[in-house]
Amino acid sequence: MSSGRIDSPMKIWAHYAGLLVLAAICLMPIWVMISTSLKNEVLIFDGTPVWFFFFPTLENYEYILTRGKFDRYLTNSVIVASLSTFLTLFLGGLCAYALARTEFKGRRFVANATLLVRMVPPAVLAVPAFAMVVTFSLDNDLAVLTFFYTALNLPFAIWLLFGFYKQIPVELEEAAIVDGASPLQVFFRVLLPLMKSGYAVAGIFAFRIAWNEFILALLLTGRKTRTLPVGAAGFITDTGVEWGRIMAMGTLIVIPPLLFTFFAARQIIAGMTAGAVKG
Amino acid sequence: MTETTAEELPEKVPPRFDTRAMTPYFFILPAVLVMAGGLLYPVIDAVYLSFFDWKIGTPFSKAEHVGLDNYWRMLGDPDVWESIWVTFRFGFWTISIEMVLGVALALMLEKPIRGASIFRTIFILPLMVSPVVVGLVWRYLFDARVGWINFYLAQWFGIEPQVWLGDADLAFFAIVFTDIWQWTPFIFIIVIAGLQALPSEVLEASRIDGANWWQQIFLVKLPMIRSILVIALLMRLIDVFRALEVMYIMTGGGPGRATELMSLHIYNRAFDAQLLGYASAISVLLIVIVFTLSLGILVISNPMKDKADV
Repeated sequence: MSSGRIDSPMKIWAHYAGLLVLAAICLMPIWVMISTSLKNEVLIFDGTPVWFFFFPTLENYEYILTRGKFDRYLTNSVIVASLSTFLTLFLGGLCAYALARTEFKGRRFVANATLLVRMVPPAVLAVPAFAMVVTFSLDNDLAVLTFFYTALNLPFAIWLLFGFYKQIPVELEEAAIVDGASPLQVFFRVLLPLMKSGYAVAGIFAFRIAWNEFILALLLTGRKTRTLPVGAAGFITDTGVEWGRIMAMGTLIVIPPLLFTFFAARQIIAGMTAGAVKG
Repeated sequence: MTETTAEELPEKVPPRFDTRAMTPYFFILPAVLVMAGGLLYPVIDAVYLSFFDWKIGTPFSKAEHVGLDNYWRMLGDPDVWESIWVTFRFGFWTISIEMVLGVALALMLEKPIRGASIFRTIFILPLMVSPVVVGLVWRYLFDARVGWINFYLAQWFGIEPQVWLGDADLAFFAIVFTDIWQWTPFIFIIVIAGLQALPSEVLEASRIDGANWWQQIFLVKLPMIRSILVIALLMRLIDVFRALEVMYIMTGGGPGRATELMSLHIYNRAFDAQLLGYASAISVLLIVIVFTLSLGILVISNPMKDKADV
C-alpha cells in the first residue's frame, strides 16, 4: 500500500513462503480431522500419522448417520441456530435503527448498557439459566436455547448494524418520504438493499455462535433437544474415545462455518475488525 | 421565529403523549426485553443466588440463606485463587505470544499482494471452527497413544512419548498452544486492517525524513495503531475470562486444577461439586472482572458514541 519502491523477486518469494507456512499451520488440524474421519480404526490406532495416502472409508460417517441420533441433533441445531439468527437480525435491526436514527430519552443508556452486557461470560449465565430450566422443567423445549442465543447475539448485532445504519445518509430516506413512500416502503425499498451486507455480517456471526455453542446447550437441553456440539462431545464419554466417529461428527459440524468462510470471508473480516479498527 | 404555529412546524412541538415520540421505544423494546431477560436477569440472579447455600437436586425453597458466607469462604478458598492464578498465567502466555506473533506477521505481510484474499480466508478458518471441535481435534493430536505430536517428537527429536493431558505442566502447555493456534489469526487480521488503514502520506513523510525500517515500525506504525492494539488486547483478555469449552473438552480442567480457568472452575463448582450458591459467588467475582475490562474498552473506543451524529 505504502511503498513506491519495487520489491525484489526474492522478497516476494519470501512473502509467499511465509504466507504458505502460516496457511499450512491454520489448515493442518482441520485436515487432520477430515482425514481421520475417513480412516478405519486400525489405521487410526496404529499411531503413525498418514497425511494423504490411505484408502478412505465412509464407515465412520455411516455409523454416526445411521446408528447415532445425528438427524435429531442436526434438526435441533438447525432450528435453534436459524431461529435465533432470524430473531437476532429482526429485533437487533429494529433496535439499531432506532438508536441510529432517532433521539429519545434513555438512548445513550441503552447504547452503553448494550455494549456492557455484550461480554457477559456464558459461565455466569449457566447457573441461573440452569436453575430456570430445572424449576420449570424446560429441558425439552428448544425455545429456551433459542432465547439465550438470541440474547447473547443481540448486543454485537445491534452494535454492528448501528454502524451500518449510520453510514446511510438520512437524505435518502427523506427523499423517499417526500416522494410519498410509506415508512414500510422506506424500510424495504430504500434501507434494506443498502443494509444487505450489514445484515449478512451480523447474521453470519449470530449463526456461528448459535451453531457452535456448547456449554449452555449441554446444560439446557434434554434427551430430545440436544444439539450437534453436545452430541459430538458425547462420543468422548460414552464408550472410550472413538476418534474416527468423533472426527466425522466434527467434520459435519464444521461444514456450515467453513462454507460461510469461503463465501463471505470479506464480510467476516469486516465484522471482526469493526470492533477495533473503526471505533 | 417566536410565533410559529403548530401547523407550520408540527414535528417540532409534539403534544405530550404523541405516539410518534413513543415510536423509538417500540423499536428498541423487544431487543431490550430479550437482553434484559437473557443477560441482565441472569447476572442479577447470580448475585441473588450467591447469598444461598443451594445444592443441585433440591428445590430452591429448601436452599438456606447464608448471607455473605459464600464470599468469606471464597476469599479463603485456595482452589478459587488457584483458578484465578491459572487464568492469569494462561492469559499472560497466550495473549503475549499471540500479540507478538500476530503483530510481527502483520508487519511482515501487510503489503497487499496477489492472492492475499485467499490467504486471509484460510487464516480466519481457525476462528470459525466450533470450540468443541477445536478441543476434540487437539485432544487427538496431543493424545498419548495415538497422537501425532508424540509421534513427530519421537521421530524428529527422539523425545519419549509424553502423557500431555495427564501432566499438570504439559496440559497447561497444550491448552496454551491450542489457544495460540486458534487466536493468533484474530490479532493478525485486526492489526493488518489497522496497518492498511494508515494514511500513506505519513509513512511516506517519515521515510523521506530518513526513518529506517525499525524506526518506521516502532516510532510511526505501532504508535499510530496503538488504540487498535489495546482494544485487541482487552478483547482477548475478556475472552480468557470467558473461555471454558476447549479446556472442558481437552482436559476438563485437570489434571488436578492445572488447566481450570475461572469460567471452567465456576462450571465445575456448580455442576460437578453441585454447589450452585457458591459457584454464583465466584460468578459475581468474574462479572466484576469482565465488566471492568469491558468498561476499559468503552472508555478507549465507544463504537456507539455520538461522533457520527454531527
